[in-house]
Amino acid sequence: MGTIRTIIFGLSLALSSHSAHAEWALNLSPGVTEVSRSVYDLHMTIFWICVAIGVVVFGVMFWSIFHHRKSRGAEAHHFHEHTLVEVAWTIVPLGILIAMAVPATATLVKMYDSSEADLDVQITGYQWKWRYTYLDQDLDFFSNLTTPQEQIGNQQAKGEHYLLEVDRHLVLPTDTKIRLLLTANDVIHSWWVPALAVKKDAVPGFINEAWTRIDEPGIYRGQCAELCGKDHGFMPIVVEAVPPEQFQQWLAEVKAEKLAEAAAAEKSWTLDELMTQGEQVYLRACAACHQPTGTGVPPAFPALKGSPIALGDVGTHIDIVLNGRPATAMQAFRDQLSASELAAVITYERNAWGNSTGEAVSPSQIAEMLAGNADTVGEGAQ
Amino acid sequence: MSTLDTAAPGAHEEHHGPATGIGRWLFTTNHKDIGTLYLWFSLLMFLIGGVMALLIRSELFQPGLQLVEPGFFNQLTTMHGLIMVFGAVMPAFVGLANWMVPLMIGAPDMALPRMNNWSFWILPFAFAILVSTLFMDGGAPNFGWTFYAPLSTTYAPPSVTYFIFAIHIMGASSIMGAINIIATILNLRAPGMTMMKLPLFVWTWLITAFLLIAVMPVLAGVVTMMLMDIHFGTSFFNAAGGGDPVLFQHVFWFFGHPEVYIMILPAFGIVSQIIPTFSRKKLFGYASMVYATASIAILSFLVWAHHMFTVGLPLVGELFFMFATMLIAVPTGVKVFNWVATMYRGSLTFETPMLFAIAFVVLFTIGGFSGLMLAIAPVDFQYHDTYFVVAHFHYVLVPGAIFSIMAGVYYWLPKWTGHALNESMGKFHFWCSFIGVNITFFPMHFLGLAGMPRRIPDYALQFADFNMVATVGAFIFGFSQLLFVWNVIHCIRSRETVSAQVWEGAHGLEWEVPSPAPYHTHTTPPRVE
Ligand code: HEC
Ligand SMILES: [Cu+2]
Ligand SMILES: [Cu+2]
Repeated sequence: MGTIRTIIFGLSLALSSHSAHAEWALNLSPGVTEVSRSVYDLHMTIFWICVAIGVVVFGVMFWSIFHHRKSRGAEAHHFHEHTLVEVAWTIVPLGILIAMAVPATATLVKMYDSSEADLDVQITGYQWKWRYTYLDQDLDFFSNLTTPQEQIGNQQAKGEHYLLEVDRHLVLPTDTKIRLLLTANDVIHSWWVPALAVKKDAVPGFINEAWTRIDEPGIYRGQCAELCGKDHGFMPIVVEAVPPEQFQQWLAEVKAEKLAEAAAAEKSWTLDELMTQGEQVYLRACAACHQPTGTGVPPAFPALKGSPIALGDVGTHIDIVLNGRPATAMQAFRDQLSASELAAVITYERNAWGNSTGEAVSPSQIAEMLAGNADTVGEGAQ
Repeated sequence: MSTLDTAAPGAHEEHHGPATGIGRWLFTTNHKDIGTLYLWFSLLMFLIGGVMALLIRSELFQPGLQLVEPGFFNQLTTMHGLIMVFGAVMPAFVGLANWMVPLMIGAPDMALPRMNNWSFWILPFAFAILVSTLFMDGGAPNFGWTFYAPLSTTYAPPSVTYFIFAIHIMGASSIMGAINIIATILNLRAPGMTMMKLPLFVWTWLITAFLLIAVMPVLAGVVTMMLMDIHFGTSFFNAAGGGDPVLFQHVFWFFGHPEVYIMILPAFGIVSQIIPTFSRKKLFGYASMVYATASIAILSFLVWAHHMFTVGLPLVGELFFMFATMLIAVPTGVKVFNWVATMYRGSLTFETPMLFAIAFVVLFTIGGFSGLMLAIAPVDFQYHDTYFVVAHFHYVLVPGAIFSIMAGVYYWLPKWTGHALNESMGKFHFWCSFIGVNITFFPMHFLGLAGMPRRIPDYALQFADFNMVATVGAFIFGFSQLLFVWNVIHCIRSRETVSAQVWEGAHGLEWEVPSPAPYHTHTTPPRVE
């Protein structure tokens, strides 16, 4: 009994302590698109049909349990078939199902019509982040989880959007038909934003289509829905819907930022600057696999601390970071990071955790390599 | 069999009992011994898989990572699924079939007794291999019990090869078991036991056995293709080599969906034995039960892609699989209606087996309802790969398959041991399990609808409350299974004997042999009127 009381006490304590964010949500949200609202209506219709059938079936059952019990003197009757009843309870459900299939088909047809979109965005799943490419806009970026490791490890209070926050939102215009083209770089992922009622698998080597047209500006959060390895639970999606004019403004801003970044690669960096920047990049982009301490999780993810590659020929090191190793979790980072970030992280790996080569890799060196071997992507691939 | 009898006339009047020592169990060809072995094995696997489930639920008690690393969490979910499906549920049904099919049809034993011994004895090796992967470099399989490629091929830990080998052995065991059951039912029925007189448990198992023979080779095929991709340079599932990761899912679910019915049809059979007994009334709609089972089995081959609605099927494919899946609700509904009609105007009592059977009907139906909701493709986009699905399949498998197994064990245990159950402890076990199972799995519907994906070790804060409730329920359910173990052992050691019929309303050949059922039964075939 003592333990039970402790559990109940602990439970009530725990419930009250985080009720600040908790909402005991019970149901789907109707969402913010026409499609998501018809999905919600279908969901409620089929739900109430089930409730109605349940009430009838369980009603008869509990009626029998109460009235036909032996302890109340019930005598068993001897019937054991009845053709009319049996035919009826085959035909009636069939009718209900057909009635249900009609609106379901209509909604599905609508969901599959991705024609005449005004904006195309390609979404690529990576272990464990999303990449968004605005086709025809020359805009392309990765979106990483920003929840600090300390919150996940319970050393710090969890923020409001714990595990549902990223460094770069997928910004989309409202009232615009947007076509989403989904694919993956390594394993299968699944891009899901409940408020848009869009969930589509991102399959390596294939391109799937989905579309949405968002009615209301706002921030909509979702997650990867297909098991994709260790950090499957840590690759959220954040969509920021803004009015079309604001979207144009945002496009202009990010393009200007990109130019500034390119300029940064031209300037000369000191080893210290590279190390500071490199540590940040490393923690964000590499530590999930190679660990913050550089020790990795062998054999799945090799250690970089003391690794012959991090201590050896710098060309090989740069090559593996830029182009990845095909068919392993080590992806190509050439498109994920800017030239200065790449230079910084490689420098960091060559000088952190007791790897003391003292060598600095300069952003301009990387920029040259990126320009130079642009068509030898994935060098070493079969 | 007749050759045996004529070869040694008179020598078989007094049948010998079991051999003594460990040899009895290693070399036995007796269907009762083998049934017992299967059932103990399944109980052990159920407890191991259950401990893993409790570890998973403990990690999910609160947001944040407390107990296990995400990588190990994935190994736990994978192993929990594989062990429960292939180690607990399937062997338990085979164990029940071994014990009961010969008794019910008036056969002296299974048709192929030596193969029967093999079918069982390769299983412990398969699971020893599977469980040993937990201690290997790189850890156990971590790609989910559905092991989608390329996560399970190109990106898999080295232990995947052992996993493939273990699956092969389990498949061989299941196929041999299925052949044996079919051969027994088709050839060894007592005179007068026509097909349409077979008890429903026998019918459902006959159909299940055909499903097993049809799909276990497909499973073997798909893991062999994985093996080729991993070790022999083929690219069945590797897009970079011209293969197709989605092909994996088609082949897997062509096995996987019938597999779902393999785990539920025998449950239908058990419940169809128990409800008439405790309603003191014949099963309503016997013939329609048989036809419904057969239709479910046939439809089960036509619905596999309902597990793949989000994978990018063309519209027509999507519609086909949606309609076919919805259609399964019809024969399934017929079954539920028949059970209720059997209870209607019966003379009901509520012994432990009946309680589990009634809970089965109610909770399985709830799982059926969520199944119907999942069948609606456009809405499935919201449910797929969330806790709604987790709730759905745990409703059909835990208070579905597992409750039916417990109902069956409580129902037949007095026949096996010759001893009475402790009814109050049985009821206590029932109520703890019933309450625990609902506290565990009902909130998962809400979690899924609110947007929580499955197979994640940590979650956003809005999911915290129901996760905590589910974990408390899981511990209630988990620990109440110790009551089950206690009840079984207590019944074996009890001194309170029971009659041949055991239960007042029980009818059938199995209730005509003495309790405990002698080591050899029906050596001269009974006549069925
Ligand atoms: C998704 C997991 C993952 C991430 C993230 C990742 N790596 Fe790797 N990395 C690997 C794997 C796996 C290998 C081993 C590849 C092989 O089998 O050759 C590897 C190998 C390497 C190696 C070669 C080490 C050796 O001794 O062979 C270097 C250098 C490296 N990674 C650098 C980086 C850098 C820099 C980043 C961040 C920008 C990064 N990695 C991010 C998984 C990852
Ligand atoms: Cu994922
Ligand atoms: Cu299915």
